[in-house]
Amino acid sequence: MSAAVELDGVVKRFDAVAALSGISGRIESGRLTGLVGPDGAGKTTLMRLIAALMIPTEGRISVAGRDSVREAPSIHRLIGYMPQSFGLYEDLSVMENLRLYADLRNLDPDARAHTFERLLHFTRLGAFTERLAGRLSGGMKQKLGLACALMAEPEVLLLDEPSVGVDPISRRELWAMVQELAGEGMAVVWSTAYLDEAERCSDVLLLNEGRIAFAGPPAELTARLEDRSFRVTDIGSDRRGLLSTLLQLDGVRDGVIQGDALRVVVADTAGADRVRTVLKTRTGTLRPAAPRFEDAFIDLLGGGPGGRSALTEHMHDVPDQRPVMVECNALTKRFGDFTATDAVDFSVQRGEVFGLLGPNGAGKSTTFRMLCGLLRPTSGSTEVAGYDLRDSPGDAKRQLGYMAQKFSLYDLLSVRQNLEFFSGAYGLRANVRRQRIDEMIEVFDLARYLNEAPVALPLGFKQRLALACALMHRPSVLFLDEPTSGVDPITRREFWLHITGLVARGVTVLVTTHFMDEAEYCDRVALMSNARVIALGSPDQLKASVASDERPDPTMEDAFIALVQRVEDDARAAPEAA
Amino acid sequence: MRSPIGRPLRALVRKEALQILRDPSALMIAFVLPVVLLFLFAFAVSLDVKGVRFGVVLESQGLDARALAAAYEATDYFDARFFHDRRAAEPLLVAGTIKGFVVIPEDFAARLANGDAAIQIITDGSQPNTANFTAAYARGVFQTWRNASTTVAVEPRFWFNPELSSRRVLLPGAIAIVMTIIGTMLTALVVAREWERGTMEALMSTPVTLLEMLGAKLLPYFLLGLGTMIICTLMAVTAYGMPLRGSLVALLVISACFLVPALGQGMLISALAKNQFVAAQVALLSGFLPAFLLSGFLFEIESMPAWIRAITHVVAARYFVEALQTIFLAGDIPAQIVRNSLSLLALGAVFFTAIALATHRRLD
Amino acid sequence: MWHRLAHLVVKELISYLRDPRTRVILIGPPLMQLVIFSFAATLEVRNVAVAVLNQDGGPVSERFLERLGASSFINELVPVTDSARLESLIDERRVLLGVRFPPDFSRSAVAGEPAPLQLLIDGRRANAGQIAQSYVSQIAAQLDLELARDAGVDVAEPTIVRHWFNPNLINQWYIVPGLSGILAMMIALVVTALSIAREREMGTFDQLLVSPIRPLEIIIGKTVPAMIIGAVLAGVMIGAAIFLFHVPFSGNLGWLLASLLLFMLSVVGIGLMVSSVCQTQQQAILGAFMAAVPLILISGFATPVENMPGWLQLLAEADPLKHFLIIVQGSFLKALPFHEIVASAAPMALIALITLSVATLFVRSRLQ
Repeated sequence: MSAAVELDGVVKRFDAVAALSGISGRIESGRLTGLVGPDGAGKTTLMRLIAALMIPTEGRISVAGRDSVREAPSIHRLIGYMPQSFGLYEDLSVMENLRLYADLRNLDPDARAHTFERLLHFTRLGAFTERLAGRLSGGMKQKLGLACALMAEPEVLLLDEPSVGVDPISRRELWAMVQELAGEGMAVVWSTAYLDEAERCSDVLLLNEGRIAFAGPPAELTARLEDRSFRVTDIGSDRRGLLSTLLQLDGVRDGVIQGDALRVVVADTAGADRVRTVLKTRTGTLRPAAPRFEDAFIDLLGGGPGGRSALTEHMHDVPDQRPVMVECNALTKRFGDFTATDAVDFSVQRGEVFGLLGPNGAGKSTTFRMLCGLLRPTSGSTEVAGYDLRDSPGDAKRQLGYMAQKFSLYDLLSVRQNLEFFSGAYGLRANVRRQRIDEMIEVFDLARYLNEAPVALPLGFKQRLALACALMHRPSVLFLDEPTSGVDPITRREFWLHITGLVARGVTVLVTTHFMDEAEYCDRVALMSNARVIALGSPDQLKASVASDERPDPTMEDAFIALVQRVEDDARAAPEAA
Repeated sequence: MRSPIGRPLRALVRKEALQILRDPSALMIAFVLPVVLLFLFAFAVSLDVKGVRFGVVLESQGLDARALAAAYEATDYFDARFFHDRRAAEPLLVAGTIKGFVVIPEDFAARLANGDAAIQIITDGSQPNTANFTAAYARGVFQTWRNASTTVAVEPRFWFNPELSSRRVLLPGAIAIVMTIIGTMLTALVVAREWERGTMEALMSTPVTLLEMLGAKLLPYFLLGLGTMIICTLMAVTAYGMPLRGSLVALLVISACFLVPALGQGMLISALAKNQFVAAQVALLSGFLPAFLLSGFLFEIESMPAWIRAITHVVAARYFVEALQTIFLAGDIPAQIVRNSLSLLALGAVFFTAIALATHRRLD
Repeated sequence: MWHRLAHLVVKELISYLRDPRTRVILIGPPLMQLVIFSFAATLEVRNVAVAVLNQDGGPVSERFLERLGASSFINELVPVTDSARLESLIDERRVLLGVRFPPDFSRSAVAGEPAPLQLLIDGRRANAGQIAQSYVSQIAAQLDLELARDAGVDVAEPTIVRHWFNPNLINQWYIVPGLSGILAMMIALVVTALSIAREREMGTFDQLLVSPIRPLEIIIGKTVPAMIIGAVLAGVMIGAAIFLFHVPFSGNLGWLLASLLLFMLSVVGIGLMVSSVCQTQQQAILGAFMAAVPLILISGFATPVENMPGWLQLLAEADPLKHFLIIVQGSFLKALPFHEIVASAAPMALIALITLSVATLFVRSRLQ
């Protein structure tokens, strides 16, 4: 049987820049193929080429035996494609979107009722058919996008980063659906920056700089890491410091924080020995661990970003003003008769990384926005660095650094002008200002982009610039709103390296995320659901709280889902919050 | 049995219609803007000269002089105010309080008898058009008063518009502007919106053909345009006393012909711009402004320099205004309607050829 | 505070001037409008075609036609032989005017009896028609005088007409200075309306709000750049009027510039009000447009305010453009004295006060 998609020496150039250079490979029917790679590797371009939305500069692509250039119309009849933005009409209702795509696919009216019923059941959107797509939560939009892409029972289903900005529960549901489809014989291509997802695919296409770095079952790649993955446990208090030390060792390829433990990947046995040597002088035990796909990914791409953050060296210690840096008391926000945040209490200690997690619509964004003064609470109070946001917003805001979800920067200003503006907005002057700007340019290696507009920057640099803009006034509290959404694992590691360094200097960090690996970096997390904090504790405490006989060692994602579902089971009738 | 070929088209048309109905800014433009614009053109823009504030400097106390002054007071054209010294009137002219004044000199009677220049008319030349009218009327009043036995006398007759109501001339132009905004500005924005929101990418991955995509965009806006046309016509006829001497059929035919290039222009803009801000600016520049300035409804095309006259030939609103003024004020004059319709369709053909060349059913 | 404010203003200015595309969009339309407006926006009448039905053929009608053909506003005389043809030429808009000399026209005129000639005018073009009519009437009056002189009667032109401030009634002397006000208003409206909507869409508004910048500073930071851009543009237009179009400037430049700033202030207030009700850039563009069109139409630029109904004249008092046009046109041609400038500047100040206060309230309430 021929492959669902065959790629033969595919090259795609935009002007002179090659996005893809010589891709050959097969994507099989009945399998779920993960398309992974760092930002700018060419994932979206490849998706669009397979969907016959672009013409390859060289080489040929055949989809279900049809040539993507000459037989594009018949390919469009055979594929389902969900672009990154889901392709939904936000001002049409769920049903209207479904009907539209059914008509566009020329679905037989008689068979339609059955198809709709099946899709609505499948996506569990049956109760929301009249709701406008724009009012759906991220997870529901994604499912509707999938339903629309599935309308004509395609032979090939292409999903471009379907899980960006979506909470773990929705992601897991989507995953289950797609696997079921692959089980029925469909070829599914799923592009993602989340490598735990890639690990569960039957096959993986790993792109790097426009070339295939690996193709095959993920286990095959992971197997190369046999005896090279370790966990460091029983560390004591300074796991961040230890991680930084270990990452600077020769032969240590990668390392991340996992709750109270560390995960380390070494290049060879010599590397492992060096780690053991270090551990002799400190507390900590090195245990072998089963390699993950992510370990292999980082290893294949040349290892993580190392252990030194230039930022740490330039930052000064935050004066030890007070033990509690962020506090909220009975924080409540109502929009009309809808309660977005209901009597939320917590406090964040100096030098702590505090995570705010929860499903889409649980109220974590609202809480976050109230904490940094973007929303006025209906009742309750918030304090940042000891200042009440209501009484002295100016003083509180000077202590606060903020990095917005989509790295909001002024695209009409150059990189340097952005730095100049934000330093000025925080009242930095003359020498201090110049010095801080130069510092940021050096630390984040921005020199070659100074005259570019932020839009033209690679995602990783955009993220660096956003962080730089939030740090120039040396805030004592840093607010990060989904700081690594859609960013590849290597850039993510680099980002957390900086954050870890800041925390070592006494900066307090508040972060919202949908990304469970990121939650593992936190000292404590607050899990929100239906406007309330339903669990608060260290990642390990949360994981332990859901441990059971059949699941003795739950992951953070398991903990998230179990805790949220426990509350939802208790309050069945709670209305779905969009 | 419904043909399955038309189903995607129908679905897209329905989608577009729903989007129009749910977008307040589209409805605003389609229904509120015509009302506001027509209202303004009916009341705010008026070329009818009536009650111009005018000074009469009466330096002579003679009977003749007073009689002439009375004539100035009696005419509807002027709202006369009197002075005995021209120095009193001058500051008012500077301030713009009066648009001109007539000086009836001390020796008025003598001058009249000698056949010398009897009166002096001073106008505020800073507003040339008003100055022109004011001078002509002021002279007219004098001539009428003198009952000069002119031999060669001009007997003017204004056809189609004997009351010389400028509203009747301007309203068809206002309608053309409204239709340009709907046809060009709105369509320029809608396709750009699909690009920006990423729905175009999803549409392209379905079996929908390019023709269906374009057709589905055009049809709802075409109908919206005709609907607005009917609303405008109703408003003009019932509320603003506009005569409709031609037939409704002719009106709809010319409107339909106008919408072809107008929609084509909008589609072309958004096919090239792919971004709402740029699309809006380009539509403003190439659609609204020419419709306002170069369509001939406010400013005479014949009076413009040759190079601007040449530009007006590619302004669809020009032909539409001409045909509308004829249909409303004169009636169905076939030569007029046919010529303008053909010009519009030819212009439309140019735009659609350009669209066909500029659009690909691909992302690159 | 001044320091932070300076940064806001600089940032705003850079964001308009750095990107070539924004620059073009900012500068292109006004320049195009200046060029086209100053040549196209004329209520003068030129290049007129006239159909002539001469049933007389005598010396006087010939002389009349000679004059008519020689006059500058006429482009073409189309001789016709019957009135049906004359009428259809008007119907089809081939000609603006139709002149008919009755059979005994010359005989009556030479005899000194009333000799009427019929002038048919296309009422669809009422304004041009009226002006053309007055031109034809002048020719008739002139001819009248000549006939009288031929008959040996010594008559002088009974009236002397003087157009002050603009003796030759050059239309551009009126249009170009007025354009400076209109274009500056358009640009200031669009800039203010867009700048807030754009920051909302890009998410940078949140960045501003979490910084120590106060809401009032944000508002001032949006006001000043729009004022600067608008005022600079108006300044360029005023310069173009003086040096390119050679419009005489007789007033006081300082007072004019001061009034310009006041005018910009009141316009920016309106722009801020628009922007505070708009969520997206598209709405902001349409909103600015919906505000600009009525402001221009009731300002008296296209047609005099005096022609409007009384209640609309009252409404026009609330239009800052109306007051600024009086000042700018007066400063150019009329050497407008100081007290007259104050008389028009005072309402602008009041409008600015009201629009800016309302805008501040609006924007502040949106910030919370």
